[in-house]
Amino acid sequence: MVKTSVARDEKRKTLPNETVVVSMEHVNKWFGEFHVLRDINLRVVRGERIVVCGPSGSGKSTLIRCLNRLEKHQDGDINVHGIELNNDVKNIDEIRREVGMVFQHFNLFPHLSILENCMLAPIWVRKTPRAEAEEIAMHFLTRVKIPEQASKYPGQLSGGQQQRVAIARALCMQPQLMLFDEPTSALDPEMIKEVLDTMVELADDGMTMICVTHEMGFARRVADRVIFMDEGQIVEQNKPEAFFNNPQSDRTKLFLSQILGH
Amino acid sequence: MVSNGTSKQRSAANNNEVAFIRQEDAPILPPPAISSGAAGWLYENIFASMLDYSSLGAAVKSIWIAVFTAFVAYVFVVQVYGLLDFAILSAVWQDPEEQKRQVCWTVEQGGALPNGWHGACWPYIIAKTKFILYGAYPNESLWRVNSTYLLGAILLAWVMIERLPYRKFVAAFFLTIYPIFATVMLTGGGFGLSQFSVGVNTILGLALISFGRAGKAGWITGPLLDLSKVAGVAGWLFIFFAAALVSVGVDFDLEKIDTRDWGGLLITLVVATTAIVVSLPLGILLALGRRSNMPVARTLSIIFIEFWRGVPLITVLFMASVMIPLFMPEGVNFDSLLRALIGVTLWQSAYMAEVIRGGLQAIDKGQYEGADAIGLSYWQSMRLIILPQALTRVLPGIVNTIISVFKDTSLVSIVGLFDLLGATQSTIADAAWSTPVQASTGYLVVALIFFVFCFGMSRYSMHLERKLDRGH
Repeated sequence: MVKTSVARDEKRKTLPNETVVVSMEHVNKWFGEFHVLRDINLRVVRGERIVVCGPSGSGKSTLIRCLNRLEKHQDGDINVHGIELNNDVKNIDEIRREVGMVFQHFNLFPHLSILENCMLAPIWVRKTPRAEAEEIAMHFLTRVKIPEQASKYPGQLSGGQQQRVAIARALCMQPQLMLFDEPTSALDPEMIKEVLDTMVELADDGMTMICVTHEMGFARRVADRVIFMDEGQIVEQNKPEAFFNNPQSDRTKLFLSQILGH
Repeated sequence: MVSNGTSKQRSAANNNEVAFIRQEDAPILPPPAISSGAAGWLYENIFASMLDYSSLGAAVKSIWIAVFTAFVAYVFVVQVYGLLDFAILSAVWQDPEEQKRQVCWTVEQGGALPNGWHGACWPYIIAKTKFILYGAYPNESLWRVNSTYLLGAILLAWVMIERLPYRKFVAAFFLTIYPIFATVMLTGGGFGLSQFSVGVNTILGLALISFGRAGKAGWITGPLLDLSKVAGVAGWLFIFFAAALVSVGVDFDLEKIDTRDWGGLLITLVVATTAIVVSLPLGILLALGRRSNMPVARTLSIIFIEFWRGVPLITVLFMASVMIPLFMPEGVNFDSLLRALIGVTLWQSAYMAEVIRGGLQAIDKGQYEGADAIGLSYWQSMRLIILPQALTRVLPGIVNTIISVFKDTSLVSIVGLFDLLGATQSTIADAAWSTPVQASTGYLVVALIFFVFCFGMSRYSMHLERKLDRGH
């Protein structure tokens, strides 16, 4: 951590270990008539690393997008970092300050340089002074190993580099929780590794993470818990060894045989 | 492997190539003369397509291209020469004996020029320059128009030249203080404005600002919070408006010049600049409003846009000049230039809004989500993320509507305002300069002035496009 940001951390609400960072209770969501999330119950404690997997259309992206109100849940309670997620704009803003998100298609801002992409949120959301925001941005760009690209624009970078910038951009808000929505699905095979390495490092540093991903190697190596979703429900969750070596439900077995069998 | 003869031969040839080892470097040569320089350009772009006679079809095509090229070149040369001849070579430049129209008459018509002469009559334009540029604006007060132009040009250049410092402050000055300055300078100021309207604006402004402050301080929650943010901004607008009213109400001891005496390029520039500068922010708000989730904002924006877009500008101007006085209480005389200004500006805003909405629609959903996910508020994400990208994308469209409204200002002549075209037309009616070439000369000048402004805007927008290009 940058030294100036430690002071900021103290000002923020800090929670002791083993506190619940995310809790979802009986969460339901519909897209029109389609019941996309069905009675979701999930608790994530501080420092926990969760991998969510499942066939496409199973609701896994929707699940994590509900956690920072990119999607609105219609029923049930969601609590993030001790803040209730409801229609109150103030609560939503507060939650978004504490939750970083990385998207499948990076969603970097193409009209801003890499450095400006990373400085934007600290400056405008946390009201950090410019010089300090630049220090924070360079710190995290160094951490994802692309400080030399700071003055370039997203369009000039490879997919893997862009995704690492997106991770740095999220980290610049020094979030309590990181959400990854299929971060490697849009990347060429040789670029997947550099992004996964960055995510592994982040996990080793103790970041609370929820990752929607098909990278089963990553899940085995990093996850504390693997969650399998199908048709909008959590079908099975377990520690990775147990999940991969001894899946209980038929749907999990079928999914694993399809994804690992090729 | 396919086992026919040709493929065997090919693989044999390949084997030979594989075994090749270069003994000495191939020489580095200059390009053939014909492909470089002016001759090369001519060959590549013009003659190459005419020189293929290898078959009947190719020959027909080559000859057709050659004939057509020659025809186009001929028409072009004739037209350009005709224009040059009219405007410069055959033109009459001086009128030393003050003969007025007779200086541009042929022998047949009673003058001294050879029969069949056809050229521009510049002494007529020189005599009418003041009217074409300023209309009936009093001569002794022209310095006021000129100093307004000068200050405007300096401010605009300052904002456009990227090397200069304090450009944001200059732009803010240009958009706030300068319009007040221009109003006072051009009209003479000293309007007898009621203290009542100033008072109402001030009180309304202060009330809205305190509402905004209360929102910031956290005393307001729920859906009213968003409203309070808007109220804070709107409050400052009211205060600014009150200040503007006070400033134009002060008597600066300048001669009052009625807008009926304004004319020519002055009217064109006043109407066009106001319409352009006001319609851009208004268009942005309308475009955002039309895409808003708030039903009230969306409905109002749609009604506004569709109403103004559905009515021709001529109708808008007629309604402004004929209808508004009917609704006004007796004795209230709403300035006719102001009426036209409001009409053109609102009409233009509707078009601007739709161009900008096109840009907003082209922005990927991921950009909105990216901005939301890092915690930016609605107005922050619009200002910092969405609008910069949307406006850059539709820059050609925005400049297109700007150029279009610049030329559409000519329509104000139908409600009795003498814009550049109207003023010039009225000089054409002057019998003292009546000659067969009078109209051609006058319209040539109008076309030239319009072209200079519009071409300038077009070039500046192309420069901006290149500058804002981020290679994606």
